[in-house]
Amino acid sequence: MAETVLTNTAQGAGRLPGWRGIAADWASDQRAFKNVSWGKAMMWIFLLSDTFIFSCFLLSYMTARMSTTVPWPNPSEVFALNIGGKHIPLILIAIMTFILISSSGTMAMAVNFGYRRDRVRTAILMLVTAAFGATFVGMQAFEWTKLIMEGVRPWGNPWGAAQFGSSFFMITGFHGTHVTIGVIFLIAIARKVWRGDFDVERRGFFTSRKGYYEIVEIMGLYWHFVDLVWVFIFAFFYLW
Amino acid sequence: MVDVPYDGIAGTVVPPAEVPDVELYHPKSWLTRYVFSQDAKIIAIQYSLTASAIGLVALVLSWLMRLQLGFPGTFSFIDANQYLQFITMHGMIMVIYLLTALFLGGFGNYLIPLMVGARDMVFPYVNMLSYWVYLLAVLVLASTFFVPGGPTGAGWTLYPPQAILSGTPGQDWGIVLMLASLILFIIGFTMGGLNYVVTVLQARTRGMTLMRLPLTVWGIFTATVMALLAFPALFVGSVMLLLDRLLGTSFFMPALVEMGQLSKYGGGSPLLFQHLFWFFGHPEVYIVALPAFGIVSDLISTHARKNIFGYRMMVWAIVAIGALSFVVWAHHMYVSGMYPYFGYFFATTTLIIAIPTAIKVYNWVLTLWRGDIHLTVPMLFALGFIITFVNGGLTGLFLGNVVVDVPLSDTMFVVAHFHMVMGVAPIMVVLGAIYHWYPKVTGRMLNAGLGKFHFWVTFLGAYLIFFPMHYLGLLGVPRRYFELGDAAFIPPSAHSLNAFITVVALTVGFAQMTFLFNLVWSLFEGEPSGGNPWRATSLEWQTPETPPGHGNWGKELPIVYRWAYDYSVPGAAQDFIPQNQPPATTGAVQGAAS
Repeated sequence: MAETVLTNTAQGAGRLPGWRGIAADWASDQRAFKNVSWGKAMMWIFLLSDTFIFSCFLLSYMTARMSTTVPWPNPSEVFALNIGGKHIPLILIAIMTFILISSSGTMAMAVNFGYRRDRVRTAILMLVTAAFGATFVGMQAFEWTKLIMEGVRPWGNPWGAAQFGSSFFMITGFHGTHVTIGVIFLIAIARKVWRGDFDVERRGFFTSRKGYYEIVEIMGLYWHFVDLVWVFIFAFFYLW
Repeated sequence: MVDVPYDGIAGTVVPPAEVPDVELYHPKSWLTRYVFSQDAKIIAIQYSLTASAIGLVALVLSWLMRLQLGFPGTFSFIDANQYLQFITMHGMIMVIYLLTALFLGGFGNYLIPLMVGARDMVFPYVNMLSYWVYLLAVLVLASTFFVPGGPTGAGWTLYPPQAILSGTPGQDWGIVLMLASLILFIIGFTMGGLNYVVTVLQARTRGMTLMRLPLTVWGIFTATVMALLAFPALFVGSVMLLLDRLLGTSFFMPALVEMGQLSKYGGGSPLLFQHLFWFFGHPEVYIVALPAFGIVSDLISTHARKNIFGYRMMVWAIVAIGALSFVVWAHHMYVSGMYPYFGYFFATTTLIIAIPTAIKVYNWVLTLWRGDIHLTVPMLFALGFIITFVNGGLTGLFLGNVVVDVPLSDTMFVVAHFHMVMGVAPIMVVLGAIYHWYPKVTGRMLNAGLGKFHFWVTFLGAYLIFFPMHYLGLLGVPRRYFELGDAAFIPPSAHSLNAFITVVALTVGFAQMTFLFNLVWSLFEGEPSGGNPWRATSLEWQTPETPPGHGNWGKELPIVYRWAYDYSVPGAAQDFIPQNQPPATTGAVQGAAS
């Protein structure tokens, strides 16, 4: 399954013209997406489904924010920190965003080294990615604590519409859960890489399927998705 | 060879295998073979049995509701609260835990790998998890019958604010467990659904282009894609409603007075829930209907010994219906208060769906046209489906129009409409499909005499139950009412009609027991069927063993040379040509290709 075979199928040269050709292409023999392994296809489709979940969360939040009759707390003020006597709006979120996006960089490098079968570098870069992710979740925990200390609750807050707290905890909580799951899987897969499981195609404990370095890339797809979602949360929740 | 045009249907070149044959998980003990099984066929049976078991609970609930409606005040063990709980659980179980699970988890798991020529689903372990999470969801749902306050009585649509307020039965535990169960169901379904989609897209056998797939696979595949995109809305709605109920957030809850006191809620939008719910809810109708469309196409073609009329059109109609069903949801909300032009938009899109749907109906009828029709039990159910579906579809045209819908909304007319179109019609297909594929699953035929009795009672009974309900609805009899009382607009004849419906409903319900008896009896005493009793073309009938063994195909995967509908081909030796039978002249071509 997972080891992709670079094949151009026999019918390649004799394709039909126009729309019928496009349809025949997509509907072609054995695989609709050539050279895409099962695992990668499954992750892409899962991410499409997950996109709909996050879209529904964000649209619901926007509906609440647009239809509320009481003022919406100003995110720039709420998420400001006093550092060295200076009042800096959104600084914590800016650092969090920077960290998460950096983790996408290390993840991409891990995928690259994975395909070069560089066991050690791949594992280290995955662990760095996991560390960035854990830092992100830690800072989110700090942010939650700060807001809770200031009196923000899911059912109300001192500054305005109750839906501010509800949406904030729900959306960042759901995203944070995604990051946490990602960190756990990053560590688990980094362990397999480190142990050389993918060099010897060792079978999975649960699935009894052989492991390949492509799993690093599939993990990367998930991780980049979680980062991308954060960009939308950042834009729609904090910058609006 | 390379220059041969390849249009997916008529092409004769069989390309070499692109994916090496997978190594299967081989169970080592009875437990991993039959209980924690990773074999899609076992998982399918587990799904089907679980869905049927909870479906029987819903059937009993419908009897209790009918007893109350037919003979109000007679049965002291049904009070108004319980009546609402029965309605809610009946609806939710039938739509989600029975039909969705049975079509996708049951038929999908069994038929997809066999029909596309795969050894199993692409990720059997995930597939197994899917079933166990589904079972957990069913158990959580069933547990609500035993918790303090009982199951929720909010109606299967669970509209807030009433769903979580204290006037509604099951406000303590019922609604919380219902939402938890829905969330579990969606998680479980997603694991299975990803498997079905990837198996169809990426794991077909050599020669099996998408345009050679039996329509059953097309129906289940499209429905699964839709479910993966529609269930997220229900997931989000359930999470938010759960937060409203448990944490006191106000996503859906406006400021209101509850029991004479201002409630803790304020500022939320009940309409938001309705949008989320119906963005799931309308595609859900087609998640149930599209597999039925696909399966019935195959039943009709096989039992009329004729190729399906307009195969390409059928495929595109399935896909078009699937796509359109995502832009019609607000036709469930005409009476919720909506900007009038939105109603105009949603009425238009709703009526446009009639076009691909009508294409399908015409194609079924044209497949029958001058066919060699065998009135076997599966065929009877397929014919029953077409008629029932047309009836239910026509009342859908009524309800899709805003001005007609507004007076009919929340009456028995709506109940009759959706029971015909997404209750009886898909159940007809489920029953026909069980009669059709039971020989493949067990190696024995179901008893045809009992089957015909079962069909006629079910088919005629369904009409006797639901036709009068249209009339009741036109009179203005409301749905979800515990008692009708002495309203002036309801004539005495309506009450006797209600009693009549109840008697028929109980009769039809008990008649289903003959079917259950048939299922069990035939397992031991049924006539041995052989591998291909219906002389059908599609791959699942060509397995080396019946029931198919572990890995489905023995040593060699089948190679597909033709579409699934080569029935009564002029000049052929038999009136069917299996998909894996090479063309007479292709010996050389096959050798060159492999």
